[in-house]
Amino acid sequence: MQQSVQRTVVGLLLTALASLWVGALAAQAEAPEVSGNATLEIRLFPQTTAYPGQRSQSVSLSFEPEYYQPFGSHSLIITPFIRADSADGRRNHFDLREAYFLYVAERFELAIGLRKVFWGVTESQHLVDIINQTDLVENPDTEDKLGQPMVHLLLPSDYGTVELFALPYFRERTYPGRRGRLRGPLPVDPDRTTYAAGAEQYHLDLAARYSHTLGPWDVGLSHFSGTSREPNLTPTAGGTVLAARYPLIQQSGLDLQLTWEQWLFKAEAIHRTGQGPGYYAWTGGFEYTLVGLFGSNMDLGLLGEWLRDSRGRSARTPFQQDILGGMRLVWNDAEDTQALIGGITDPRYGTLSVFIEASRRVATSTILSLELRLSDAPADDPIFNAVDQDDFFQLSLARYF
Amino acid sequence: MSTTRYLTTLTLSGVLLGSLIGLPAVLAETAEEKGLAIAVEADKRDTGWGDSASHLTMILTNRHGQESTRENHNRTKEVDGDGDKTLIVFDTPRDVKGTALLSFTHKTTTDDQWLFLPALKRVKRISSANKSGAFVGSEFAYEDISSQEIEKYTYRYLRDDTYDGAPCFVVERIPTDPNSGYSRQEAWYDKEHYRIMKVAYFDRKKAPLKTLTFHGYRQYLDRYWRADEYLMENHQTGKTTKLLWRDYKFGNGFSDKDFTKAGLKRAR
Repeated sequence: MQQSVQRTVVGLLLTALASLWVGALAAQAEAPEVSGNATLEIRLFPQTTAYPGQRSQSVSLSFEPEYYQPFGSHSLIITPFIRADSADGRRNHFDLREAYFLYVAERFELAIGLRKVFWGVTESQHLVDIINQTDLVENPDTEDKLGQPMVHLLLPSDYGTVELFALPYFRERTYPGRRGRLRGPLPVDPDRTTYAAGAEQYHLDLAARYSHTLGPWDVGLSHFSGTSREPNLTPTAGGTVLAARYPLIQQSGLDLQLTWEQWLFKAEAIHRTGQGPGYYAWTGGFEYTLVGLFGSNMDLGLLGEWLRDSRGRSARTPFQQDILGGMRLVWNDAEDTQALIGGITDPRYGTLSVFIEASRRVATSTILSLELRLSDAPADDPIFNAVDQDDFFQLSLARYF
Repeated sequence: MSTTRYLTTLTLSGVLLGSLIGLPAVLAETAEEKGLAIAVEADKRDTGWGDSASHLTMILTNRHGQESTRENHNRTKEVDGDGDKTLIVFDTPRDVKGTALLSFTHKTTTDDQWLFLPALKRVKRISSANKSGAFVGSEFAYEDISSQEIEKYTYRYLRDDTYDGAPCFVVERIPTDPNSGYSRQEAWYDKEHYRIMKVAYFDRKKAPLKTLTFHGYRQYLDRYWRADEYLMENHQTGKTTKLLWRDYKFGNGFSDKDFTKAGLKRAR
């Protein structure tokens, strides 16, 4: 009852606001802009499959156009995304990455609709970043996000920027299906999802962030109150599938970067309650850039990050106590050639995961990218061991317009 | 971008005052003082323009003559007593469309730079210590296109010369920043307007590296000169980069709020 009332009120309010806005703006419309990309992706998994039904290769196509319509100090942005995949049905999916109105005034900015928001500074994981749900079927690196419905108010001042978020609808995390790789022994069944919130997906989540730059320091403080983006997964239906349950949490976050000469020093920390006992997690590290390597135009960046989670082995994250080391090579050529090579290890389990991400412009507005992920995990590392057979090589060709 | 500013130290005022009241320039003026006086005068003549916006097309040519093109649009605001604030938004190639670079240049300390990556909606503070690094794969280093503050060099007047028929002062500039990719530069200032017509760059081993020439100077607001075309030739690699500027607009009324990290996310 409460749920349906809340749903109706939120829906009515949003519709009323949107129609007022559109009506007022139609008169000021300028020429719209359309851009985007179409991408062909090939994945090869050379190792034998760990679970029945899984495939050893996939070919997929994705398309992500962006429509931008300015109206004076207002604008409308719509970015749909669609993928079709030859192996995993769950990767055949459509999402509105963004679909929002933005109003920029002298003292504030207001955005209403689906939007992507990124918080944080570190490279290995994004602890503080919590507004958008992870689109995990896209890539196990958790960098792809689903569009999040929101009312987003941004208030700039000389003393920092305050942002307030009202998030009226929750998006479930996407997971690979039975035929997909990069998953545990049991697939996640989206029909069995449950929520701690009585209003389920319509629970109103709230978030606030303060960020500021003081000389060489960039600092962010944030708080989130609502449904966790990360579910607890439990075997169900006689142990044949996993069911996701999304608890209600409170999460406070801090992100910090010091930029000094060729050094970047970075740290992120969170404290979360409501998902098991309260816990802390943090990531800290550096990036050092050597400019003009061996008298060439190339830059070499050296990265190191340390990851900790106060729950230790009981944490459901793959990063309880890990170390990342890596190097970023940037050729500074007309083709924008670059490569990131790294490894993450958990010294307690002896797990090692290695990755290479490289890209180069091969024709006008056409980027060829290569990604390689190899991991070796002992049986007692519950998360990495589940994907121990899922080393993969990915090649993608993206045409931008 | 590439503008200079007035410095109000007693020493410099003394030099200026000397030239204003018509003392013969040769009177006890060293080559260093004359070089600095020329740079200060050029800077003074290019101060007070407030803000500007323009479109830039970059044409990169390799030694085989193959061309690639990049376009951006940019905004710059003068800051009293400090370096300019600049926002560059890339338009082409289409794979970098929407990528935006915000720079706060400073007279004596390192610049502040933030890069917006549209695919991830992520703003990254980046190190500005890569002054000698190539700007988007071109023959221009970051230090060539960033705000040319007086304090970034020490100066020495070398000789008089003519460039393209115009009488010029040739001034040696030695970068004060140890991260600079150059041991020295020679800059040709035309005597009539104190515009830079040509710069010869020498690498850290003192070998000739690049030559930059300016073409198609036009006057804006009846006072400030901007060149339509910059041509940078790299003598060591045979590569060139041509910068074509168009749609210069002054008096846009930009405020500091148009140059913020939060605003970078919606830069178009």
